[in-house]
Amino acid sequence: MAKSIYLALISAFVCLIIGYPAAYYIASLSPKAQRWLYLLIMLPMCMSFLLKTLSWVSLLEDTGIINSLLGKLGIEPLPLIRNNGAVVLGIVYNFLPYMIMPLFSVLEKMDKRLLEAAADLGCSPLQVFTKVILPLSVPGIVSGLTMVFVPAVSTFYISRKLGSPGTVLMGDVIETQFKTAYNPNLGAALSLLLMVIVLFCIFLMNKFSGSYKEEVTI
Amino acid sequence: MILVLIFLYLPIVILIVASFNTSADIARLSGFTFAQYTALFQDSALLPLLGNSLIVAALSSLIATVMGTMAALGIYSMRGKLRSLALTVTNIPLTNPDIVTGVSLALVFVFVGRALRINNVLGFTTLLIAHISFNLSYVILAVLPKLTQMDKNLRDAALDLGCTPLQAFFKVIFFEILPGIISGALLSFAMSLDDFVISYFVYGPSFVTLPVEIYNYTKKPLHPKIYALFTVLFAAILLIMVLMNILEALDAKRTRNIRKTGNSERGVKFEKIL
Repeated sequence: MAKSIYLALISAFVCLIIGYPAAYYIASLSPKAQRWLYLLIMLPMCMSFLLKTLSWVSLLEDTGIINSLLGKLGIEPLPLIRNNGAVVLGIVYNFLPYMIMPLFSVLEKMDKRLLEAAADLGCSPLQVFTKVILPLSVPGIVSGLTMVFVPAVSTFYISRKLGSPGTVLMGDVIETQFKTAYNPNLGAALSLLLMVIVLFCIFLMNKFSGSYKEEVTI
Repeated sequence: MILVLIFLYLPIVILIVASFNTSADIARLSGFTFAQYTALFQDSALLPLLGNSLIVAALSSLIATVMGTMAALGIYSMRGKLRSLALTVTNIPLTNPDIVTGVSLALVFVFVGRALRINNVLGFTTLLIAHISFNLSYVILAVLPKLTQMDKNLRDAALDLGCTPLQAFFKVIFFEILPGIISGALLSFAMSLDDFVISYFVYGPSFVTLPVEIYNYTKKPLHPKIYALFTVLFAAILLIMVLMNILEALDAKRTRNIRKTGNSERGVKFEKIL
Protein backbone atom coordinates (compact mmCIF):
# COMPACT_ATOMS: atom_id res chain seq x y z
CA MET A 1 0.00 0.00 0.00
CA ALA A 2 2.82 2.35 0.85
CA LYS A 3 4.27 1.32 -2.48
CA SER A 4 1.07 2.41 -4.31
CA ILE A 5 1.21 5.84 -2.73
CA TYR A 6 4.95 6.14 -3.32
CA LEU A 7 4.76 5.20 -7.00
CA ALA A 8 1.67 7.33 -7.58
CA LEU A 9 3.36 10.36 -5.98
CA ILE A 10 6.50 9.92 -8.09
CA SER A 11 4.35 9.57 -11.22
CA ALA A 12 2.35 12.67 -10.35
CA PHE A 13 5.50 14.74 -9.97
CA VAL A 14 7.08 13.37 -13.13
CA CYS A 15 3.85 14.33 -14.90
CA LEU A 16 4.14 17.81 -13.44
CA ILE A 17 7.73 18.19 -14.67
CA ILE A 18 6.82 17.04 -18.19
CA GLY A 19 3.36 18.58 -18.27
CA TYR A 20 4.18 22.09 -17.06
CA PRO A 21 6.43 23.11 -19.97
CA ALA A 22 4.01 21.46 -22.40
CA ALA A 23 1.00 23.31 -20.99
CA TYR A 24 3.02 26.54 -20.90
CA TYR A 25 3.96 26.11 -24.53
CA ILE A 26 0.37 25.42 -25.61
CA ALA A 27 -0.90 28.42 -23.67
CA SER A 28 1.58 30.68 -25.46
CA LEU A 29 0.19 29.83 -28.91
CA SER A 30 -2.62 31.43 -30.89
CA PRO A 31 -6.17 30.28 -29.95
CA LYS A 32 -6.52 28.26 -33.14
CA ALA A 33 -3.24 26.39 -32.70
CA GLN A 34 -4.14 25.94 -29.04
CA ARG A 35 -7.34 24.18 -29.94
CA TRP A 36 -5.66 21.71 -32.28
CA LEU A 37 -2.75 20.94 -29.97
CA TYR A 38 -5.22 20.45 -27.15
CA LEU A 39 -7.05 17.97 -29.32
CA LEU A 40 -3.80 16.12 -29.95
CA ILE A 41 -3.19 15.90 -26.21
CA MET A 42 -6.75 14.76 -25.48
CA LEU A 43 -6.90 12.16 -28.22
CA PRO A 44 -4.60 9.48 -26.72
CA MET A 45 -6.60 9.75 -23.52
CA CYS A 46 -9.69 8.47 -25.27
CA MET A 47 -8.03 5.33 -26.59
CA SER A 48 -8.12 2.01 -24.82
CA PHE A 49 -5.44 2.22 -22.16
CA LEU A 50 -5.20 -1.55 -22.16
CA LEU A 51 -3.81 -1.65 -25.67
CA LYS A 52 -1.58 1.36 -25.17
CA THR A 53 -0.05 -0.28 -22.13
CA LEU A 54 0.39 -3.47 -24.10
CA SER A 55 2.15 -1.46 -26.77
CA TRP A 56 4.61 -0.26 -24.14
CA VAL A 57 5.18 -3.85 -23.15
CA SER A 58 6.22 -4.66 -26.70
CA LEU A 59 8.48 -1.60 -26.72
CA LEU A 60 10.22 -2.35 -23.46
CA GLU A 61 10.35 -6.15 -23.46
CA ASP A 62 13.71 -7.89 -23.31
CA THR A 63 13.18 -8.87 -26.93
CA GLY A 64 11.14 -5.74 -27.65
CA ILE A 65 11.61 -2.91 -30.11
CA ILE A 66 13.96 -0.72 -28.07
CA ASN A 67 16.19 -3.58 -27.03
CA SER A 68 16.37 -5.06 -30.52
CA LEU A 69 17.35 -1.64 -31.87
CA LEU A 70 20.00 -1.36 -29.16
CA GLY A 71 21.15 -4.85 -30.04
CA LYS A 72 21.76 -3.77 -33.62
CA LEU A 73 23.94 -0.95 -32.31
CA GLY A 74 25.88 -3.52 -30.34
CA ILE A 75 24.57 -2.57 -26.91
CA GLU A 76 23.58 -5.20 -24.37
CA PRO A 77 19.80 -5.43 -23.75
CA LEU A 78 18.71 -3.15 -20.91
CA PRO A 79 16.37 -4.33 -18.16
CA LEU A 80 13.56 -1.95 -19.13
CA ILE A 81 10.52 -3.83 -17.92
CA ARG A 82 9.36 -5.46 -14.68
CA ASN A 83 10.61 -2.73 -12.37
CA ASN A 84 9.36 0.40 -10.66
CA GLY A 85 10.57 2.60 -13.49
CA ALA A 86 8.42 0.81 -16.03
CA VAL A 87 5.33 1.15 -13.83
CA VAL A 88 5.99 4.87 -13.36
CA LEU A 89 6.49 5.23 -17.10
CA GLY A 90 3.18 3.49 -17.78
CA ILE A 91 1.33 5.68 -15.29
CA VAL A 92 2.94 8.87 -16.55
CA TYR A 93 2.13 7.93 -20.12
CA ASN A 94 -1.51 7.13 -19.41
CA PHE A 95 -2.29 10.07 -17.16
CA LEU A 96 -0.12 12.88 -18.55
CA PRO A 97 -3.10 14.53 -20.32
CA TYR A 98 -4.87 14.82 -16.96
CA MET A 99 -1.95 16.96 -15.81
CA ILE A 100 -1.70 19.09 -18.92
CA MET A 101 -5.41 19.97 -19.05
CA PRO A 102 -5.83 21.82 -15.74
CA LEU A 103 -2.39 23.44 -16.06
CA PHE A 104 -3.28 24.68 -19.51
CA SER A 105 -6.62 26.10 -18.43
CA VAL A 106 -4.96 28.04 -15.61
CA LEU A 107 -2.05 29.29 -17.71
CA GLU A 108 -4.36 30.30 -20.52
CA LYS A 109 -6.57 32.43 -18.29
CA MET A 110 -3.58 34.21 -16.79
CA ASP A 111 -3.61 37.93 -17.39
CA LYS A 112 -0.68 38.67 -19.73
CA ARG A 113 -0.51 42.24 -18.46
CA LEU A 114 0.69 40.92 -15.09
CA LEU A 115 3.74 39.45 -16.80
CA GLU A 116 4.43 42.69 -18.63
CA ALA A 117 4.03 44.63 -15.41
CA ALA A 118 6.48 42.34 -13.65
CA ALA A 119 8.99 42.73 -16.48
CA ASP A 120 8.55 46.52 -16.41
CA LEU A 121 9.21 46.54 -12.71
CA GLY A 122 12.61 45.02 -13.34
CA CYS A 123 12.11 41.28 -13.08
CA SER A 124 14.30 39.04 -15.16
CA PRO A 125 12.38 36.43 -17.18
CA LEU A 126 13.31 33.84 -14.56
CA GLN A 127 11.99 36.06 -11.79
CA VAL A 128 8.79 36.68 -13.73
CA PHE A 129 8.33 32.96 -13.83
CA THR A 130 9.12 32.18 -10.20
CA LYS A 131 7.41 35.23 -8.69
CA VAL A 132 4.34 35.64 -10.88
CA ILE A 133 3.56 32.69 -13.14
CA LEU A 134 4.33 29.89 -10.70
CA PRO A 135 2.30 31.22 -7.74
CA LEU A 136 -0.62 32.00 -10.03
CA SER A 137 -0.65 28.51 -11.48
CA VAL A 138 -0.72 26.75 -8.11
CA PRO A 139 -4.44 25.84 -8.41
CA GLY A 140 -3.69 24.18 -11.75
CA ILE A 141 -0.69 22.34 -10.34
CA VAL A 142 -2.71 21.11 -7.39
CA SER A 143 -5.65 19.91 -9.42
CA GLY A 144 -3.28 18.31 -11.94
CA LEU A 145 -1.46 16.46 -9.19
CA THR A 146 -4.78 15.24 -7.81
CA MET A 147 -6.05 14.14 -11.18
CA VAL A 148 -2.90 12.10 -11.82
CA PHE A 149 -2.49 10.82 -8.31
CA VAL A 150 -6.04 9.51 -7.89
CA PRO A 151 -6.14 7.17 -10.90
CA ALA A 152 -2.46 6.29 -10.44
CA VAL A 153 -2.92 5.08 -6.88
CA SER A 154 -5.78 2.82 -7.89
CA THR A 155 -4.51 1.44 -11.19
CA PHE A 156 -4.44 -2.31 -11.57
CA TYR A 157 -3.68 -3.10 -15.16
CA ILE A 158 -0.56 -1.03 -15.77
CA SER A 159 1.32 -2.38 -12.78
CA ARG A 160 0.40 -5.93 -13.69
CA LYS A 161 1.65 -5.68 -17.25
CA LEU A 162 4.72 -3.50 -16.73
CA GLY A 163 5.60 -4.36 -13.17
CA SER A 164 7.00 -7.32 -11.32
CA PRO A 165 5.52 -9.29 -8.41
CA GLY A 166 7.29 -6.71 -6.25
CA THR A 167 5.15 -3.88 -7.63
CA VAL A 168 1.68 -5.11 -6.68
CA LEU A 169 -0.45 -2.02 -6.15
CA MET A 170 -3.67 -1.52 -4.21
CA GLY A 171 -5.80 -1.70 -7.32
CA ASP A 172 -4.30 -5.11 -8.11
CA VAL A 173 -5.19 -6.44 -4.70
CA ILE A 174 -8.77 -5.16 -4.89
CA GLU A 175 -9.22 -6.63 -8.36
CA THR A 176 -7.85 -9.99 -7.27
CA GLN A 177 -10.08 -10.09 -4.21
CA PHE A 178 -13.18 -9.48 -6.29
CA LYS A 179 -12.46 -11.41 -9.43
CA THR A 180 -10.28 -14.38 -8.56
CA ALA A 181 -10.06 -14.78 -4.79
CA TYR A 182 -13.84 -14.41 -4.27
CA ASN A 183 -13.39 -12.43 -1.12
CA PRO A 184 -15.45 -9.30 -1.78
CA ASN A 185 -15.42 -8.35 1.90
CA LEU A 186 -11.68 -7.77 1.95
CA GLY A 187 -11.95 -6.10 -1.46
CA ALA A 188 -14.65 -3.75 -0.22
CA ALA A 189 -12.63 -2.90 2.87
CA LEU A 190 -9.60 -2.11 0.74
CA SER A 191 -11.75 0.01 -1.62
CA LEU A 192 -13.05 1.98 1.33
CA LEU A 193 -9.49 2.46 2.56
CA LEU A 194 -8.45 3.62 -0.88
CA MET A 195 -11.33 6.07 -0.99
CA VAL A 196 -10.37 7.46 2.40
CA ILE A 197 -6.75 7.87 1.25
CA VAL A 198 -7.88 9.66 -1.89
CA LEU A 199 -10.30 11.93 -0.04
CA PHE A 200 -7.57 12.72 2.48
CA CYS A 201 -5.15 13.62 -0.31
CA ILE A 202 -7.75 15.83 -1.97
CA PHE A 203 -8.41 17.49 1.38
CA LEU A 204 -4.66 18.09 1.85
CA MET A 205 -4.31 19.52 -1.62
CA ASN A 206 -7.33 21.75 -1.07
CA LYS A 207 -5.63 23.11 2.03
CA PHE A 208 -2.65 24.16 -0.04
CA SER A 209 -4.56 25.73 -2.86
CA GLY A 210 -7.68 27.38 -1.45
CA SER A 211 -10.00 27.78 -4.40
CA TYR A 212 -9.92 24.42 -6.05
CA LYS A 213 -13.49 23.25 -6.10
CA GLU A 214 -14.57 24.90 -9.33
CA GLU A 215 -11.25 24.02 -10.91
CA VAL A 216 -12.03 20.42 -11.85
CA THR A 217 -12.84 21.14 -15.44
CA ILE A 218 -12.85 18.86 -18.40
CA MET B 1 6.46 19.87 -26.78
CA ILE B 2 7.29 17.76 -29.81
CA LEU B 3 8.95 15.28 -27.45
CA VAL B 4 5.78 15.13 -25.38
CA LEU B 5 3.72 14.45 -28.48
CA ILE B 6 6.14 11.76 -29.61
CA PHE B 7 5.93 10.21 -26.15
CA LEU B 8 2.14 10.27 -26.28
CA TYR B 9 1.81 8.91 -29.79
CA LEU B 10 4.64 6.39 -29.97
CA PRO B 11 2.59 3.42 -28.65
CA ILE B 12 -0.38 4.40 -30.79
CA VAL B 13 1.76 4.55 -33.92
CA ILE B 14 3.24 1.17 -33.06
CA LEU B 15 -0.22 -0.35 -32.73
CA ILE B 16 -1.35 1.15 -36.02
CA VAL B 17 1.78 -0.08 -37.80
CA ALA B 18 1.27 -3.49 -36.22
CA SER B 19 -2.23 -3.62 -37.68
CA PHE B 20 -0.76 -3.54 -41.21
CA ASN B 21 2.05 -5.93 -40.37
CA THR B 22 2.12 -9.47 -41.72
CA SER B 23 4.04 -10.83 -38.75
CA ALA B 24 2.14 -11.55 -35.56
CA ASP B 25 5.04 -10.23 -33.48
CA ILE B 26 4.87 -6.43 -33.05
CA ALA B 27 8.64 -6.15 -32.81
CA ARG B 28 9.30 -7.66 -36.25
CA LEU B 29 8.24 -5.80 -39.38
CA SER B 30 7.87 -8.15 -42.30
CA GLY B 31 5.38 -6.80 -44.81
CA PHE B 32 2.27 -4.81 -45.53
CA THR B 33 -1.15 -6.42 -45.44
CA PHE B 34 -4.83 -5.77 -44.94
CA ALA B 35 -5.32 -9.33 -43.74
CA GLN B 36 -5.94 -8.25 -40.14
CA TYR B 37 -8.79 -6.02 -41.26
CA THR B 38 -10.48 -8.78 -43.23
CA ALA B 39 -9.97 -11.09 -40.26
CA LEU B 40 -11.54 -8.43 -38.05
CA PHE B 41 -14.60 -7.93 -40.20
CA GLN B 42 -15.09 -11.67 -40.64
CA ASP B 43 -14.86 -12.22 -36.91
CA SER B 44 -18.33 -13.09 -35.73
CA ALA B 45 -17.51 -12.60 -32.04
CA LEU B 46 -15.86 -9.17 -31.98
CA LEU B 47 -18.22 -7.15 -34.15
CA PRO B 48 -21.36 -7.78 -32.06
CA LEU B 49 -19.32 -6.68 -29.05
CA LEU B 50 -18.52 -3.42 -30.78
CA GLY B 51 -22.27 -3.17 -31.37
CA ASN B 52 -22.87 -3.80 -27.67
CA SER B 53 -20.40 -1.07 -26.76
CA LEU B 54 -22.05 1.35 -29.16
CA ILE B 55 -25.53 0.55 -27.82
CA VAL B 56 -24.48 1.12 -24.22
CA ALA B 57 -22.56 4.26 -25.12
CA ALA B 58 -25.40 5.72 -27.18
CA LEU B 59 -28.16 4.90 -24.70
CA SER B 60 -26.23 5.91 -21.62
CA SER B 61 -24.99 9.17 -23.12
CA LEU B 62 -28.49 10.01 -24.34
CA ILE B 63 -30.13 9.36 -20.96
CA ALA B 64 -27.27 11.00 -19.10
CA THR B 65 -27.51 14.06 -21.34
CA VAL B 66 -31.22 14.53 -20.64
CA MET B 67 -30.83 13.89 -16.92
CA GLY B 68 -27.61 15.89 -16.70
CA THR B 69 -29.12 18.91 -18.43
CA MET B 70 -32.05 18.84 -16.02
CA ALA B 71 -29.64 18.48 -13.11
CA ALA B 72 -27.54 21.38 -14.39
CA LEU B 73 -30.67 23.55 -14.60
CA GLY B 74 -31.48 22.58 -11.04
CA ILE B 75 -27.98 23.34 -9.77
CA TYR B 76 -27.99 26.60 -11.71
CA SER B 77 -31.05 27.81 -9.83
CA MET B 78 -29.60 26.80 -6.46
CA ARG B 79 -27.82 29.27 -4.23
CA GLY B 80 -25.26 29.20 -1.46
CA LYS B 81 -24.56 26.07 0.57
CA LEU B 82 -26.96 23.85 -1.35
CA ARG B 83 -25.23 24.71 -4.62
CA SER B 84 -21.73 23.96 -3.41
CA LEU B 85 -23.02 20.74 -1.86
CA ALA B 86 -24.57 19.71 -5.18
CA LEU B 87 -21.35 20.59 -7.02
CA THR B 88 -19.29 18.54 -4.59
CA VAL B 89 -21.60 15.56 -5.03
CA THR B 90 -21.29 15.97 -8.79
CA ASN B 91 -17.52 15.97 -8.56
CA ILE B 92 -17.28 12.81 -6.49
CA PRO B 93 -17.54 10.36 -9.40
CA LEU B 94 -14.84 12.35 -11.20
CA THR B 95 -12.41 12.42 -8.30
CA ASN B 96 -13.18 8.96 -7.01
CA PRO B 97 -10.91 6.25 -8.39
CA ASP B 98 -12.62 4.26 -11.14
CA ILE B 99 -12.01 1.01 -9.37
CA VAL B 100 -13.81 2.20 -6.25
CA THR B 101 -16.77 3.41 -8.30
CA GLY B 102 -16.89 0.08 -10.12
CA VAL B 103 -16.62 -2.01 -6.99
CA SER B 104 -19.22 -0.02 -5.10
CA LEU B 105 -21.68 -0.07 -8.00
CA ALA B 106 -21.20 -3.82 -8.32
CA LEU B 107 -21.87 -4.27 -4.61
CA VAL B 108 -25.03 -2.14 -4.82
CA PHE B 109 -26.30 -4.14 -7.79
CA VAL B 110 -25.65 -7.48 -6.14
CA PHE B 111 -27.26 -6.25 -2.92
CA VAL B 112 -30.39 -4.97 -4.67
CA GLY B 113 -30.47 -8.11 -6.78
CA ARG B 114 -30.46 -10.26 -3.67
CA ALA B 115 -33.16 -8.15 -2.07
CA LEU B 116 -35.34 -8.57 -5.17
CA ARG B 117 -34.37 -12.24 -5.42
CA ILE B 118 -33.00 -11.97 -8.93
CA ASN B 119 -30.22 -14.34 -9.83
CA ASN B 120 -27.33 -13.09 -11.94
CA VAL B 121 -28.36 -9.48 -11.61
CA LEU B 122 -25.29 -8.28 -13.53
CA GLY B 123 -26.08 -7.72 -17.18
CA PHE B 124 -27.18 -5.10 -19.65
CA THR B 125 -29.29 -3.08 -17.20
CA THR B 126 -26.59 -2.83 -14.55
CA LEU B 127 -24.02 -1.88 -17.17
CA LEU B 128 -26.33 0.82 -18.50
CA ILE B 129 -27.08 2.20 -15.05
CA ALA B 130 -23.37 2.28 -14.19
CA HIS B 131 -22.52 4.12 -17.39
CA ILE B 132 -25.32 6.64 -16.91
CA SER B 133 -24.14 7.31 -13.39
CA PHE B 134 -20.59 8.21 -14.35
CA ASN B 135 -21.64 10.07 -17.50
CA LEU B 136 -23.97 12.34 -15.54
CA SER B 137 -21.05 14.23 -13.98
CA TYR B 138 -19.48 14.93 -17.35
CA VAL B 139 -22.73 16.25 -18.79
CA ILE B 140 -23.43 18.47 -15.78
CA LEU B 141 -19.91 19.88 -15.88
CA ALA B 142 -20.23 20.61 -19.61
CA VAL B 143 -23.66 22.23 -19.42
CA LEU B 144 -23.34 24.25 -16.21
CA PRO B 145 -20.70 26.73 -17.49
CA LYS B 146 -22.86 27.48 -20.52
CA LEU B 147 -25.78 28.24 -18.21
CA THR B 148 -23.73 30.61 -16.09
CA GLN B 149 -22.39 32.34 -19.21
CA MET B 150 -25.92 32.85 -20.51
CA ASP B 151 -27.53 36.23 -20.27
CA LYS B 152 -30.02 35.99 -17.38
CA ASN B 153 -32.27 38.58 -18.99
CA LEU B 154 -33.04 36.21 -21.86
CA ARG B 155 -35.14 33.96 -19.67
CA ASP B 156 -36.86 36.89 -18.01
CA ALA B 157 -37.61 38.41 -21.40
CA ALA B 158 -39.11 35.16 -22.63
CA LEU B 159 -41.26 34.91 -19.51
CA ASP B 160 -42.34 38.55 -19.86
CA LEU B 161 -43.36 37.89 -23.44
CA GLY B 162 -45.77 35.25 -22.26
CA CYS B 163 -43.79 32.02 -22.42
CA THR B 164 -44.47 29.40 -19.83
CA PRO B 165 -41.26 28.33 -18.04
CA LEU B 166 -41.24 25.16 -20.14
CA GLN B 167 -41.58 27.12 -23.37
CA ALA B 168 -38.89 29.51 -22.19
CA PHE B 169 -36.57 26.54 -21.83
CA PHE B 170 -37.27 24.94 -25.18
CA LYS B 171 -37.46 28.16 -27.19
CA VAL B 172 -34.65 30.19 -25.61
CA ILE B 173 -32.46 28.54 -23.01
CA PHE B 174 -32.06 25.28 -24.90
CA PHE B 175 -30.45 26.96 -27.90
CA GLU B 176 -28.20 29.06 -25.71
CA ILE B 177 -26.74 26.04 -23.92
CA LEU B 178 -26.82 23.70 -26.93
CA PRO B 179 -23.02 23.70 -27.45
CA GLY B 180 -22.59 22.59 -23.84
CA ILE B 181 -25.21 19.88 -24.23
CA ILE B 182 -23.62 18.58 -27.43
CA SER B 183 -20.09 18.53 -26.05
CA GLY B 184 -21.39 16.86 -22.88
CA ALA B 185 -23.14 14.21 -24.94
CA LEU B 186 -20.10 13.56 -27.15
CA LEU B 187 -17.78 13.47 -24.18
CA SER B 188 -19.93 11.02 -22.28
CA PHE B 189 -20.31 8.90 -25.42
CA ALA B 190 -16.53 8.70 -25.79
CA MET B 191 -16.04 8.03 -22.08
CA SER B 192 -18.64 5.30 -22.09
CA LEU B 193 -17.27 3.70 -25.24
CA ASP B 194 -13.80 3.55 -23.77
CA ASP B 195 -14.61 2.72 -20.19
CA PHE B 196 -13.04 -0.46 -18.99
CA VAL B 197 -12.53 -0.39 -15.24
CA ILE B 198 -16.13 0.30 -14.21
CA SER B 199 -17.61 -2.00 -16.86
CA TYR B 200 -15.23 -4.73 -15.79
CA PHE B 201 -16.84 -4.89 -12.36
CA VAL B 202 -20.49 -4.56 -13.35
CA TYR B 203 -20.70 -6.56 -16.57
CA GLY B 204 -22.43 -9.91 -16.69
CA PRO B 205 -21.67 -12.82 -18.98
CA SER B 206 -24.88 -12.11 -20.90
CA PHE B 207 -23.71 -8.72 -22.13
CA VAL B 208 -20.04 -7.95 -22.71
CA THR B 209 -18.61 -4.71 -24.08
CA LEU B 210 -15.55 -4.37 -26.23
CA PRO B 211 -12.99 -3.01 -23.72
CA VAL B 212 -13.82 -5.85 -21.35
CA GLU B 213 -13.39 -8.40 -24.11
CA ILE B 214 -10.11 -6.77 -25.13
CA TYR B 215 -8.95 -7.26 -21.57
CA ASN B 216 -9.90 -10.93 -21.76
CA TYR B 217 -7.98 -11.11 -25.04
CA THR B 218 -4.84 -9.55 -23.55
CA LYS B 219 -4.56 -12.37 -21.04
CA LYS B 220 -3.74 -14.70 -23.91
CA PRO B 221 -1.22 -13.99 -26.69
CA LEU B 222 -2.82 -11.22 -28.66
CA HIS B 223 -4.30 -11.81 -32.09
CA PRO B 224 -3.18 -9.02 -34.48
CA LYS B 225 -6.75 -8.32 -35.52
CA ILE B 226 -7.07 -6.49 -32.21
CA TYR B 227 -4.56 -3.98 -33.57
CA ALA B 228 -6.80 -3.50 -36.60
CA LEU B 229 -9.70 -2.94 -34.25
CA PHE B 230 -7.64 -0.38 -32.33
CA THR B 231 -6.88 1.47 -35.57
CA VAL B 232 -10.57 1.55 -36.54
CA LEU B 233 -11.56 2.84 -33.09
CA PHE B 234 -8.75 5.41 -33.19
CA ALA B 235 -10.08 6.72 -36.50
CA ALA B 236 -13.63 6.87 -35.11
CA ILE B 237 -12.62 8.77 -31.98
CA LEU B 238 -10.39 11.09 -34.00
CA LEU B 239 -13.45 11.92 -36.10
CA ILE B 240 -15.61 12.62 -33.02
CA MET B 241 -12.91 14.82 -31.51
CA VAL B 242 -12.36 16.81 -34.70
CA LEU B 243 -16.12 17.30 -34.96
CA MET B 244 -16.26 18.52 -31.38
CA ASN B 245 -13.36 20.84 -32.05
CA ILE B 246 -15.00 22.40 -35.08
CA LEU B 247 -18.21 22.89 -33.09
CA GLU B 248 -16.26 24.64 -30.38
CA ALA B 249 -14.46 26.78 -32.93
CA LEU B 250 -17.80 27.89 -34.38
CA ASP B 251 -19.08 28.64 -30.90
CA ALA B 252 -15.98 30.70 -30.09
CA LYS B 253 -16.27 32.59 -33.37
CA ARG B 254 -19.92 33.37 -32.66
CA THR B 255 -19.24 34.79 -29.21
CA ARG B 256 -16.28 36.76 -30.57
CA ASN B 257 -18.45 38.28 -33.28
CA ILE B 258 -21.06 39.25 -30.75
CA ARG B 259 -18.42 40.92 -28.66
CA LYS B 260 -16.82 42.63 -31.65
CA THR B 261 -19.89 44.20 -33.16
CA GLY B 262 -21.46 44.83 -29.79
CA ASN B 263 -24.73 44.94 -31.69
CA SER B 264 -25.33 41.35 -32.54
CA GLU B 265 -28.41 39.84 -34.02
CA ARG B 266 -29.58 39.17 -30.52
CA GLY B 267 -28.97 42.77 -29.54
CA VAL B 268 -30.96 43.97 -32.52
CA LYS B 269 -33.83 41.69 -31.60
CA PHE B 270 -33.79 43.08 -28.09
CA GLU B 271 -33.91 46.62 -29.33
CA LYS B 272 -36.90 45.78 -31.47
CA ILE B 273 -38.63 44.21 -28.49
CA LEU B 274 -37.89 47.23 -26.36
